[in-house]
Amino acid sequence: MLDATTKEIKERASGGVINPAKTCQPIGAMYAALGIHGCLPHSHGSQGCCSFHRMHLTRHFRDPIMASTSSFTEGASVFGGGANLKTAIKTIFQVYNPDIIAVHTTCLTETIGDDIPNIIKTSEIPEGKMVIHTNTPSYVGSHVTGFSNMTKSMVNYFAEATTPLKKEQVNIIPGFVNPGDMREIKRLTRLMNAPYIMFPDTSGVVDSPMTGEFQMYPKGGTTQPELIDTGNSKLTIALGRFASSDAAEQLDKKCKVPAVTLKAPIGIKATDALLMTLRRAFVSDVPYELEEERGQLVDIMTDTHFHFHGKKVAIFGDPDIVTGITEFVMSLGMIPVHVLTGTPGGAVGSVVGSFEEDIKELVDQAGLKANIKAAGDLFTLHQWIKNEPVDLLIGNTYGKYIARAEDLPFVRVGFPVMDRSVHSYMPIVGYRGAMRLIEMISGALLDRQDRDAADEDFELVM
Amino acid sequence: MSQAQAIDGRQDFIITKGKQKAHLKCDADSIAGCVSQRACVYCGARVVLNPITDAIHLVHGPIGCSAYTWDIRGSLSSGEELFRNSFSTDLREQDVIFGGEKKLTAAIDQLAAKYHPKLIFVYSTCIVGVIGDDLEAVCRTAAKRHGIEVIPVQSSGFIGNKSAGYRAACDALFRLIEPENRELVGKDKSINYLGDFNLAGEAWIIRDYLRQMGVTVNVVLTGDATYADLKKATRASVNIIQCAGSMHYLAGRMEETYGIPYMQVSFLGLEDTSESLRRIAAVIGDSEVVARTEALIAREMSHTAPVIEGYRQKLAGKKAAVYVGGGFKAISLIKQFRELSIEVVMIGTQTGRQEEYDTINDLASDGTVILDDANPSELERFMTDQEADLLVGGVKERPLAYKLGKAFIDHNHDRKHPLSGYVGAINFAKEVYTTVCSPVWKYVRAGGEGHE
Ligand code: SF4
Repeated sequence: MLDATTKEIKERASGGVINPAKTCQPIGAMYAALGIHGCLPHSHGSQGCCSFHRMHLTRHFRDPIMASTSSFTEGASVFGGGANLKTAIKTIFQVYNPDIIAVHTTCLTETIGDDIPNIIKTSEIPEGKMVIHTNTPSYVGSHVTGFSNMTKSMVNYFAEATTPLKKEQVNIIPGFVNPGDMREIKRLTRLMNAPYIMFPDTSGVVDSPMTGEFQMYPKGGTTQPELIDTGNSKLTIALGRFASSDAAEQLDKKCKVPAVTLKAPIGIKATDALLMTLRRAFVSDVPYELEEERGQLVDIMTDTHFHFHGKKVAIFGDPDIVTGITEFVMSLGMIPVHVLTGTPGGAVGSVVGSFEEDIKELVDQAGLKANIKAAGDLFTLHQWIKNEPVDLLIGNTYGKYIARAEDLPFVRVGFPVMDRSVHSYMPIVGYRGAMRLIEMISGALLDRQDRDAADEDFELVM
Repeated sequence: MSQAQAIDGRQDFIITKGKQKAHLKCDADSIAGCVSQRACVYCGARVVLNPITDAIHLVHGPIGCSAYTWDIRGSLSSGEELFRNSFSTDLREQDVIFGGEKKLTAAIDQLAAKYHPKLIFVYSTCIVGVIGDDLEAVCRTAAKRHGIEVIPVQSSGFIGNKSAGYRAACDALFRLIEPENRELVGKDKSINYLGDFNLAGEAWIIRDYLRQMGVTVNVVLTGDATYADLKKATRASVNIIQCAGSMHYLAGRMEETYGIPYMQVSFLGLEDTSESLRRIAAVIGDSEVVARTEALIAREMSHTAPVIEGYRQKLAGKKAAVYVGGGFKAISLIKQFRELSIEVVMIGTQTGRQEEYDTINDLASDGTVILDDANPSELERFMTDQEADLLVGGVKERPLAYKLGKAFIDHNHDRKHPLSGYVGAINFAKEVYTTVCSPVWKYVRAGGEGHE
C-alpha cells in the first residue's frame, strides 16, 4: 500500500497531508468530557462528526462511548445553529438526564460563528444541572488541543477558590492518556500520601467493568464538587505541556493555585520528577513500596540493557507521549533517529509549545542527531525511515503500514490503538509502566531476532 | 438506564408488529440532542466510492474527516492499494478565512505528480459548503491541466444523512461512467454487480458463482473496481443490485439514461442466494445458463445445507436483535435467521426506506419491535425487554451489546470474513454460534448473581 512512497524527499508546498499523525480537536474534547462524572459530551455540528468520534473512541477503548449531537441540517448551517443547540439541550436533559452537558463545537459551527455561551444562557436548563462548553475549531491544533481546551473549560466553569487558605491537596491533570495510566498516576499519588483531585479522569468510565447492565453514566469521572474544589488546592501538576498546561495556568490565574508542568511520567526520570514534586509539596517520604518498584525497574534495565543498546528507533504520536517515550528509550541506550508528531504548534520558535525544541534538547544532551518534526505526517516519517532505516518503530496503530512496508518490529503506544486490546487498561506511566514498556520493546526486538535467526544462531536463552 | 423514555417525537419511529397500524416514520432527520447512531453525508459517499482501488480519495476539509475514514472499510483489492491511504487538504485557520481553493489546487497538483493516478475524487466536508470554495471549478481546471479525471463529490455533512451521501457518490459515479462511445451501451451480454464493496472478498465469491453459471460480470460497483473497469460500466446489459440503500439511485439513473434495466438481488442466506441466482439466470434467458445455475445451486446446497442444519439444531429458539444500515440487509437478515430457527425480536435500520419497512413488517412475527434511527437507550431497552440473545450491528453497537451481556455480530465494515453466498451463510451461522455459545457469557451472569 505504501509502494509509492519515495526515498527522495521533496518539499510539499501544498500543506496537504498524506496519512495523518493527528486528528481533529472535537474528539479530544469529547474524550476529556467523558472524564467528568455524570457528563454527556455534546457535539455541536453535523451528526457525522459525533458518529466518527464515538466510533474512533469505541475502537480504541472497546467500551460504549456516549455523546449527543445537534444534528445539523442545511437550514441550521445558514441561519446558525442556536435553535438546534437549544432543542438539543432540552432533549438531552429530558431523555438522557445527565448532570452536566459538555458542549464542544466542530469546524462547521466554528465557521458559521455560533455564539455558544449566549445560546447556553438562553437555554432551558433544569435546576441543579449544568451546561459547559469549549470551542474546538477543527482547523486549529489537533485532538490534543481539543483535550486541552475542554480541560481548561472545566476550570473556567467549575473551579472556585472558596477557602481562605489553600488545602493540603494537589490537582493532577493527567493529559490525553489511557484510563490505565490515570489509575497508575492516582496510585502513585496515594502512595505518596498526597490528597489529590485528578481531572479529567476517564478511569471507571471508558474502562468500566462488565455488570450485565448498560450504564449511561458509569461510576468513574471527576465529580462536580471535586472540580469546584480544584480552586482550593495548593498546587496543580500538569502532566504534559500540550494536553495539560493550559488548564493549569488558567487555574493559577483564576484561583491562584500555583502550577507546575512536568513531562508525562513515562520512564524512570519523568516518574522520579513527579514523585519528587509530590514529596516537596507534601513533605512526605517516598514509601518503601515505590522505592522497591524503582529498584526493580533499575534492575530490569540493567538486566536487559544489552538488548537495547545502540538500537535505532522511530517514534511518532501525540507530543506529550512522544517526548516521554523518547526520553525513556534514550535511558535504555537506544537512539531516537526520527521523532514526529502530527500536532502543530510545537515547531521551533512557536509560542504555544516547543515539541521540536524539547526533543532537540534531549538528543543534543546525548550528543545525538535526529529528524524532528511537529505538524508532520506519516508519509514524511516513512520517507525518513527509507533514508535512515531503524530497528524499531513506536507509535499508534497507524504505524502498522510502515512497519509492514519496511519490515520493522513495531510497538503500539498512544492513541488510537485499534488492532490490539487490553492496552487501555495497562499503564505506560510510572515505574510499572516503564517495566511494561521494556517488556513490549524487548519482546518486539527479540521476537524479531528469533524470527530472523539462522538455525545455528537460534538461542534458547536470550 | 431503565429510566430511558421515548424522546418526544420519537414515538412515530418505533412500532410493535401486530399492536399498531403498520406505519413507521423514517428517512427523516435525527432529532437534535439524540445520541444517534447515524453517520453523515461524507461518510455515506466515502464508503460507496472508497473501494475504487486506483483512485486518490482526497478529502477537502480539516483533518478529522479524513483521519476517521482512513482504511476503515475492509474492501479487498486484487491489485492497486492506493485507495487505502488517507489524503487530506488539512484546512487550517487561514484557509477557512481566505478560502481553501488554492490549497486544494496545490494538493491535487502534488498528488497527481507523485502518484500519477487516472482518477481523483475530491470530497467536500462540512465547512467547504460554508466557506464557498468552488469545487467544480477547481476540479475542472485541475483535470484539464493533468489530463486525468478529477471528480468533485458534494458531500458536505449537513446537507442530509448517510443516504444523501449515497446519492452524492452515485452522482459522482454517474459522471465517471459516461461512455465515450454511445454505440457500445448495453451491447455486452455481461452484467454489472452494484452495491457490493468486496468486504472480506465477498464480490469475488459472487463473481465466481456467476462465472460457474456462465454469466460474465462486467464491473462490480464498487468493490475492487478500477478506473478502467468503471469506464466500461455502461456496456453491460443488466444491472443487479445487492445493497439497495446505496445503489438504487444509480441503477435508476442508468436505466433512465442508458436503458439498462436493473433487478434487486440478495446473497445473504441460502434462500435469498439461490433465489437471486435463479432470477439472474432467468433474465439472461439462456437455457444452458439456467441448467448450469441449477447444477451450481444443487452442488452448493448439498454441502452447505447439512452444515447449516447442524448449527440450526444448536441455535434453535434463540432470539436476535438487528440494527443495521440499510433496510434491504435487514430484510435478508430476518430470513437468514429463520434458516437458523432464530427469531428476530427487534429490528431497525439507520436509513431504511418506507417500502423496505413495509416488507420488514410483513416478514416479522407478531411482537417484533421495528424502529428507525434508534439511539443507544432505545436499543438497550428493546434488546432487554425482548430478551434478545444477540445483536447484529456496527462498530458503535458492539460494546453496548457486550455490556448487556449479549452476543454480537458485526455486519458492517468490521466484518472479518465474507457473509455473502453459500460460504457466507456458513460463516454467518458459525459466527452466530461462536458468539452466542461462547463460555464467556457464563461468567457475566454468574458474576452478577454471585456479587449481588
Ligand atoms: S474535521 Fe470537522 S467535519 Fe470532520 S469530523 Fe472533525 S469536526 Fe467533523
